[in-house]
Amino acid sequence: MDNFTEKHSPKAKLGKQRIQRRTLIKAAGTGLVLGCYLPLKHEKVEANDSNSNSFAPNAFIRISPDSSITVLSKHIEFGQGTFTGLATLVAEELDADWAQMHAVHAPADNDRYKNLFFGIQGTGGSTAIANSYLQMREAGATARDLLVSAAAEKWKVPKSEISVLKGKISHNTSNNHASFGELADLASTLPLPTTQPKLKTPDQFKLIGQSLPKIDTNVKSTGKARFTLDIYLENMLTVVVAHPPRFGDKLVKFDESRARKVKGVVDIKAIPQGVAVYAKNTHAAILGRAALNTTWDSDSEKATSTEQLTKEYLDAVKKPGLPATTKGDVTASMAASEKTLEADYIFPFLAHVPMEPLDAVIAFQNGKVEAWMGSQFPTGDQAAIANVLGVDIQNVKINSQLAGGSFGRRAQPGAEFAAEAAQVVKAIKAKHPIKLLWTREDDIKGGRYRPFTVHKLRGGIDKNGHITAWQQSIATQSIVAGTDFAGMIQKGIDPTSVEGASDLPYAIPNLSVDLHTMPTKIPGLWWRSVGHTHTAFTVETFIDRLLELAGVDPIEGRLKLLNKEHHAREMNVLKRVSQMAEQAGPVPSSRARGVALHKSFNSYVAQIAEVYETGGLPRVHRVWCAVDCGLAINPNVIKAQMEGAIGYGLSAILNEQITVAEDGSVTQSNFHDYKPLRITDMPKIKVDIIPSAESPTGVGEPGTPPIGPAVVNAWRRLTGQVVNQMPLMKNIEQTGFI
Amino acid sequence: MLKLTINGTAKQLDVDETMPLLWVLRDELHYTGTKYGCGIGQCGACTVHINGKPQRSCLMPIGSVKNAEITTIEGLDDDVGKAVKSAWKTLDVPQCGYCQSGQMMSAAGLLKDNPAPNNSEIDQAMSGNICRCATYEKIREAIQTASKKIDIKEVETKEG
Repeated sequence: MDNFTEKHSPKAKLGKQRIQRRTLIKAAGTGLVLGCYLPLKHEKVEANDSNSNSFAPNAFIRISPDSSITVLSKHIEFGQGTFTGLATLVAEELDADWAQMHAVHAPADNDRYKNLFFGIQGTGGSTAIANSYLQMREAGATARDLLVSAAAEKWKVPKSEISVLKGKISHNTSNNHASFGELADLASTLPLPTTQPKLKTPDQFKLIGQSLPKIDTNVKSTGKARFTLDIYLENMLTVVVAHPPRFGDKLVKFDESRARKVKGVVDIKAIPQGVAVYAKNTHAAILGRAALNTTWDSDSEKATSTEQLTKEYLDAVKKPGLPATTKGDVTASMAASEKTLEADYIFPFLAHVPMEPLDAVIAFQNGKVEAWMGSQFPTGDQAAIANVLGVDIQNVKINSQLAGGSFGRRAQPGAEFAAEAAQVVKAIKAKHPIKLLWTREDDIKGGRYRPFTVHKLRGGIDKNGHITAWQQSIATQSIVAGTDFAGMIQKGIDPTSVEGASDLPYAIPNLSVDLHTMPTKIPGLWWRSVGHTHTAFTVETFIDRLLELAGVDPIEGRLKLLNKEHHAREMNVLKRVSQMAEQAGPVPSSRARGVALHKSFNSYVAQIAEVYETGGLPRVHRVWCAVDCGLAINPNVIKAQMEGAIGYGLSAILNEQITVAEDGSVTQSNFHDYKPLRITDMPKIKVDIIPSAESPTGVGEPGTPPIGPAVVNAWRRLTGQVVNQMPLMKNIEQTGFI
Repeated sequence: MLKLTINGTAKQLDVDETMPLLWVLRDELHYTGTKYGCGIGQCGACTVHINGKPQRSCLMPIGSVKNAEITTIEGLDDDVGKAVKSAWKTLDVPQCGYCQSGQMMSAAGLLKDNPAPNNSEIDQAMSGNICRCATYEKIREAIQTASKKIDIKEVETKEG
């Protein structure tokens, strides 16, 4: 938007590029459509647009005259390494030098930038690499082919004699050499190849499989990385909103007289989400909000509280719910069992608490909107903004930003945060660009939690010591019900409620997994690894207890229950992690090890946690982790994701919980009472990646599910104490383990 | 008018003296490397050096740091600062990167006091900085790496 200039930060690199659709090709064999674009050379070049002279062989690649290559990432980068991964795939087939590579966020556009697994643009479900693996390589190969064609034409030599190595194009017999930039102009005039250029075979990979340094480490190691919060536009106001104190409360009235007196407060408006305070700086906005006197109508119905939910959910799982998986005759086999085990599990609401809370910058002028935000569903946010402001979606430009973490928080099916930002700018008739900030308190009290969940498990062991019966009832709220993703619900089952349990890998002949979908006013959301956050915990702690009851070794016992043909990859990671722990030496008598195995997002992870007791509480000394995520694109990123996912999962299991008080308000508000893991509790972690030629699968989430059960299994083996209610520390403190 | 020095440059400011240093740095002066994470001194994302010591800028009213020397991540360029930034790059520490300015400011503060910290001293000094991506293992390694570089320099100076 030309009328809004940034005070401080440079324009997004591709912000003003003028591009024109040239052609569309259908790549052979994949059904994949590459949108292909070229800069319109005779159009006036914007002075500050460094990409306006670039060669644009397709929707994903820009090659500038100085040979720097920019990959347009259709996925948001929020720490999971997407920029690095997608750039690696492109660079591989382009035969580029890693030092040439850059990455920026692609615009919001479902046609060109859809997640091939979702059908819309979106980052989630650990799919960024998995869905882009062929697409990005094909984009790179197409660009390479055009550059080689340009070289052939320029040097008047056959294409087949031209080689490309580390960003250099050569015809050795004629001693001709050129950089990509030198050939970009000519390449941009050539027709696209009529068939998809051949991709490399894995033995030809030079970059894939290498631990390349992450593409964004430099800016993130100097304070220069720009996030949404760092954007300052001319004339911009910062806004915080007074939200309802309880979910579902409606604003009755507010007195703004004291707030108006706060120096720097410019305006105050009621919006559907609450009361917006507009100020010249963040400090004034926060003080202004604190000085508001708001009155809310409390729901006449009884408020929802954690205590009440606990009773309701525990009550629900006493009876079977809708069947998700049924095999054999659980009732009969349970009745015939020699030994049985039963357990109720309780999981609290969890907040995502990314370090950068939700924020957006939005400007609206002359019927055109421009928004800067970190979004997992940019086209969803675009549509929500267009809807609130009454403009067509093509008049809403989303500038996706690096986000300071997300873990699912910025993947809102209802796009309510984007809608709130639009309401905020609308309420002041767009007189100013605004920056909407949710403070940490808004973030923690504002909802969209990992759902509160209860499981009941019953298991039976026959007289031969075999586990023959498994019955699991899950009570949780549906994350997708009532959203654009509701189509995922099949026969009443939201798959995100039962994933990881309904597909139990263990060969137990009589199996029943059922679901009670519980309606609640507390808004839920996917949280790093979604349903697996609770199903891996129940499955892996319960199988561990059953194996112990049957007198079987936890690893040998699991391996025996896995089918060699169908669960070879599960078996591999389990065997590997077992070797890793064994190689570290015997367990000291003051410690115990616990194991857990879990498949999520098509990746397989096994972990062993070594735990000791101090002051009556567990401490995790170290963790071994084996992962099979198919072909490893970048082992450096995969290991970082495993470490991070273990830290994230451990954080939740040890201390995190959101509780809803009897009056319906959320008890926690900031990091003093919602306590993420700190460095002092971070275990030593060793990660091993199973070599694989399978297609690459996700790494952002699959490291999270196994850590909780691995730790709790170790604690039980160390102390004999069974803990089925999270968070662990609080529940051990309350009950004591001796 | 309120006077202070930021990254070696003298500044004069006309702001509410109760405004936390964090928001002065960000909203008034656009030193955006210093981040907001909690506003209550619990997460360390806003860590800067005030007269050479790491402090949480979100709780520091600007009126209480009159005439102080403030260093932000943008100005962390002395030998220790350079060693820290370089180690962060070498070890590929950041994931989302949002908390890392604060982490590096705390790390530099530690290494200035204690150029060769052990792991438990590192944990102690870094326990006020939350990283939700849990890059803690790499942070420990990076501080050890930076420490070695500082040590080498000291040895070289002594020998030279």
